Amino acid sequence: MSQNLNPQNEDRKTGMQVLRELQKEHKESDSGLGKAHVSNRIAMGVLWGATGITIGLLAVILIYVSYHGVGVVLQNFPEFIVGWPQGVNAEGGIAPTIVATLYSTGLAMAIATPIAVLAAVYLAEYAKQGRIVKTIRFAADSLASVPSIVMGLFGLAFFVETMNIPLSMLAASLGLSLLMLPIIMRATEEAIRAVPRYIRWGSYGMGATKWQTVSRVVLPTATPRIITGLILALARAIGETAVVFYTMGIAINMPIIPTDSGRSMSVHLYLMAVEGINLPSAYGTAFLLLLIILILNLSARWISKRYSRIDNS
Amino acid sequence: MSTSTHQTKYSTQLQTDPLVTTYYVRDLEFWYGDFNALTNISLDVMPSAITAFIGPSGCGKSTFLRCMNRMNDLIPDTKVGGKMLLKGADIYSSGVDPVDLRRRVGMIFQQPNPFPQSIYDNVAYGPRLQGVKKKSDLDDIVEDSLKRANLWKEVSGILDKNGLAISGGQQQRLCIARVLAVQPEVLLMDEPCSAIDPTSVQKIEDLMAEIKDEVTIIIVTHNMQQAARVSDYTSFFLQEVAGEPAVLVESGKTSDIFTAPIDKRTEDYITGRFG
Repeated sequence: MSQNLNPQNEDRKTGMQVLRELQKEHKESDSGLGKAHVSNRIAMGVLWGATGITIGLLAVILIYVSYHGVGVVLQNFPEFIVGWPQGVNAEGGIAPTIVATLYSTGLAMAIATPIAVLAAVYLAEYAKQGRIVKTIRFAADSLASVPSIVMGLFGLAFFVETMNIPLSMLAASLGLSLLMLPIIMRATEEAIRAVPRYIRWGSYGMGATKWQTVSRVVLPTATPRIITGLILALARAIGETAVVFYTMGIAINMPIIPTDSGRSMSVHLYLMAVEGINLPSAYGTAFLLLLIILILNLSARWISKRYSRIDNS
Repeated sequence: MSTSTHQTKYSTQLQTDPLVTTYYVRDLEFWYGDFNALTNISLDVMPSAITAFIGPSGCGKSTFLRCMNRMNDLIPDTKVGGKMLLKGADIYSSGVDPVDLRRRVGMIFQQPNPFPQSIYDNVAYGPRLQGVKKKSDLDDIVEDSLKRANLWKEVSGILDKNGLAISGGQQQRLCIARVLAVQPEVLLMDEPCSAIDPTSVQKIEDLMAEIKDEVTIIIVTHNMQQAARVSDYTSFFLQEVAGEPAVLVESGKTSDIFTAPIDKRTEDYITGRFG
């Protein structure tokens, strides 16, 4: 620093001089594109590229599966969707697998949602924030990251072999609810925490008790986000293969009561493809699976928008 | 209790009988953890009148306001000392449930905070909490409260619209209607007009004048003109040194405070020399 103040040191430019020269250079360079602009363009390009790859991959998968799947479904429409499998279960329709998939995931959601939401309410509103809550939250996150094949093995060992539940919709939904539980719980907890405190104050300021405030103001306000979490969990469960492979069985069967066994769409798709029995049928199933998940996601967005149309407008 | 040697100046003498006051506050202390935020606060809030709390930001006036319906109970690690009587009854005595207290003492916040529900459901919230179920009764209460809050004309046709879909000023009046629907004895207003449009401010000031006979109003405001316009009594709070507790500098009739303040600091503040 002292150099700057030394008048004898004439070689040393002041910072201001350096800046001025850079600005002059910048003006003189063609079309005002200085170095800063070039690096900005490169960064933009890289970011665009990365985004493009992500969206592109999604598009490629959708197009590929649709290209191979739509024909199979339409060629045999509506038999493919409402019909029973023929031959060695490789031809004909896949109706029982669609029912088994919706049955098991629906039941799983019915089991997991109340537990997960109540646990989240407790964690977010009632539990004393500290080590124990952090530990519970960490446990939930860990549960969410257990590989599904391990969860399937556990489901087989615990629900089927220990609790003597047959390979069935019930066993599969118990297994799937293990996957859904942490997702719903964490989403609900975040949704509850996102409710502004001044909205709670409005309720407390009216002489509402804690439970009245939670049940009549906080939860309704958090509902759109909770629904988003539910749908995410549902989408995760509906395509799940490993857990249902272990706990639902693989026999084609139209499930009526919860203890009926069956074969889910994902397992059917797996068997069609891996045994090379009927690849087109696998694509048809994959296409329908994607379609169901797409419809789920869209309806989630629609519900969430309807509830919170104010926030989005 | 008090560690301060501060002496509040009063243009009107403090009452000796708590029963003639709405709030009878003596030597109130307040702590956030170890921090003594308010000290030595003594004042009377008179019934059927509007009392304004003024003072620079951070002077503890909102903290004091929240002591009056025990909203500070919601903040962990806070402590109150001294005496705060509502119509002669100690609101900090062990038998008092803050939930019951807050039904008698409504509160309006700086940020309009309607629930993301219909206008109707917002106003019906309090009465429903207290067990009103019949639709016709609720209809009456909703209409009456919205009329008292100067909002009925604007929303009577859109009661099923979301409370967040109306303007900020309308939202604030909706919040006032929501509080009035439970027939509070006292209305605490924490800078209710600082985030809304002038037309709504006018309507809120009008309605305050209209309801003050039935509901004692205490308003915290940064706006000197507003305090002078609407209030009958004014109390001036000040925290002179950061980290030291805030005190009540002067309290009395609004006309006295604004025309003949006793304390030099009051005069400096209302003439805009600081704050």
